[in-house]
Amino acid sequence: MAQQGNAGGRSVGAVRPQTLHFAEPLKFRSGSVLDAYDLVYETYGTLNAAKSNAVLVCHALNAAHHVAGYYADQPENVGWWDNMIGPGKPVDTDRFFVIGVNNVGGCFGSTGPKSVNPATGKPYGSSFPVVTVEDWVHAQARLADRLGIDSFAAVMGGSLGAMQALQWTISYPARIRNAVVVAAAPTLSAQNIAFNEVARQAITTDPDFHGGDYYGHGVVPRRGLRLARMIGHITYLSDDAMMEKFGRALSTGAINFHFGVDFEIESYLRHQGDKFSEYFDANTYLLITRALDYFDPAAEHGGDLSRALAAAKARFLVASFTSDWRFAPARSREIVKGLLDNRLDAAYAEIDAPHGHDAFLLDDARYHALVRAWFDNIHAAL
Amino acid sequence: MTGHEQARITLSGRPDFEAIAAWVRPDSAVLDLGCGDGLLLNYLKQTRNARGYGIDIADDNVLACVRNGVNVIQSDLERGLAGFDAGSFDCVILSQTLQAVRRTEEIVLEMLRVGREAIVSFPNFGRWDLRLQVALGRMPVSPELPYQWYNTPNVHLFTIADFEDFCAEHAIAVLERVALHRGRPVGALANFFGSTAVYRIQKRR
Repeated sequence: MAQQGNAGGRSVGAVRPQTLHFAEPLKFRSGSVLDAYDLVYETYGTLNAAKSNAVLVCHALNAAHHVAGYYADQPENVGWWDNMIGPGKPVDTDRFFVIGVNNVGGCFGSTGPKSVNPATGKPYGSSFPVVTVEDWVHAQARLADRLGIDSFAAVMGGSLGAMQALQWTISYPARIRNAVVVAAAPTLSAQNIAFNEVARQAITTDPDFHGGDYYGHGVVPRRGLRLARMIGHITYLSDDAMMEKFGRALSTGAINFHFGVDFEIESYLRHQGDKFSEYFDANTYLLITRALDYFDPAAEHGGDLSRALAAAKARFLVASFTSDWRFAPARSREIVKGLLDNRLDAAYAEIDAPHGHDAFLLDDARYHALVRAWFDNIHAAL
Repeated sequence: MTGHEQARITLSGRPDFEAIAAWVRPDSAVLDLGCGDGLLLNYLKQTRNARGYGIDIADDNVLACVRNGVNVIQSDLERGLAGFDAGSFDCVILSQTLQAVRRTEEIVLEMLRVGREAIVSFPNFGRWDLRLQVALGRMPVSPELPYQWYNTPNVHLFTIADFEDFCAEHAIAVLERVALHRGRPVGALANFFGSTAVYRIQKRR
């Protein structure tokens, strides 16, 4: 089933995830240690002889290593950034070796809270270390080591994925030549944290949560996870996009004087929540929202992002979307100021798209043309 | 094609670029407001080793800059340079754009806040043939002002004399000035014979 994106290009086709086991301890920023762990990842394209064409794609809250292509036995399971990555697509897998990885703490195969702790024979659950963006980047660097990649042609991501790309330029300045930072923020705002806290409260107050150790009880805090996803989803869309898509349309054509589903938007949110609660792990949701909250590369530098970026060497493509109120363009401009203060090579595009935060996942011609042009130049310099 | 040939060919339409480049000190940090496709910044990089950033509002210009490997920030000049610290650039350039911005005064003052100095080029409305067209009862049209009154993007038309008055009234020191016609400096009577003016200016201390 070849996915034909509007921006041109083909699907990378059927793909298969791979797993690498790391027997070396991973020390977290919190001080906790995982003695050993697995990372699940996918790759597309071919690593060139100089190993200079590798691109790391970092995922955001809800996604994982399945970035492009589809699974042979699940042709409908298309990667989350398939419109961006593939042969002839903006990130052209005929030129680049693209890697997607499920981060530590995830729930799609990499070691996370639902994995069995070999020391106890039970799932880690509440004992899983609180992860940070720095920890993820550290683990990703180890994956790069194992794949023989000294330096990435680019590290890219949207939203929380973009924060990882930004962190790469600070943690491993010599190992990243380009950072593609889309729909990002240098920190979460109080409002962003507030939304995360409501989502976490929804999960932790679910009677099925059992302090995070619900696995042994044969339940999952589905109601909490469902609410968390509904809240999150509202913040990913703009008011206009939601109005355009659903308006005040009624599911049955009339109001029914009850508290069940009347409006289409209610039906949509419930559907999104239900779907999500079936496949996502609640503890992972807690961990990832916390990683978002704690992300603050400027904190160690007196709150000065420019100083935090002093070590960075990468060239930056930064893009934001005008209707994104979760990580508004002003937040991206804070990043851009840090780049300019350090005289780093940078391009910043503020894309006039109506879709809100989710725009980074969508097939917008201007956005994709920019990414394509950026990667054309990276390729020309290989 | 060598860099020099390329520069000569692509600069043919922009006689002010060479004058601007002559005033940009080697290795300086330059901010080009309304940078278009990044042609001037590329020229300054080639000829002056300048570390440059462009600002432009138009999607197609931002894309063109990315294609040309030029640093660019998509932003609306009319909203000022709020994100930029005072004195953070050696030189801020506004080439052939001042006549097309709405908040002229604010933008010039912003340039002089962010840049230790600024270079401004603009079409001179005071050239004799334009004056003649007005005297004959028509809004002027020329190679530098190729638009009709109903489709011009230029909202503030002014002369060399007007600009010098503006500088005097706003405590702006004129460090250098050159008036050009068909790419060559004109001698005497700049406001009468010049079709394009280029100024290097600084805040008076």
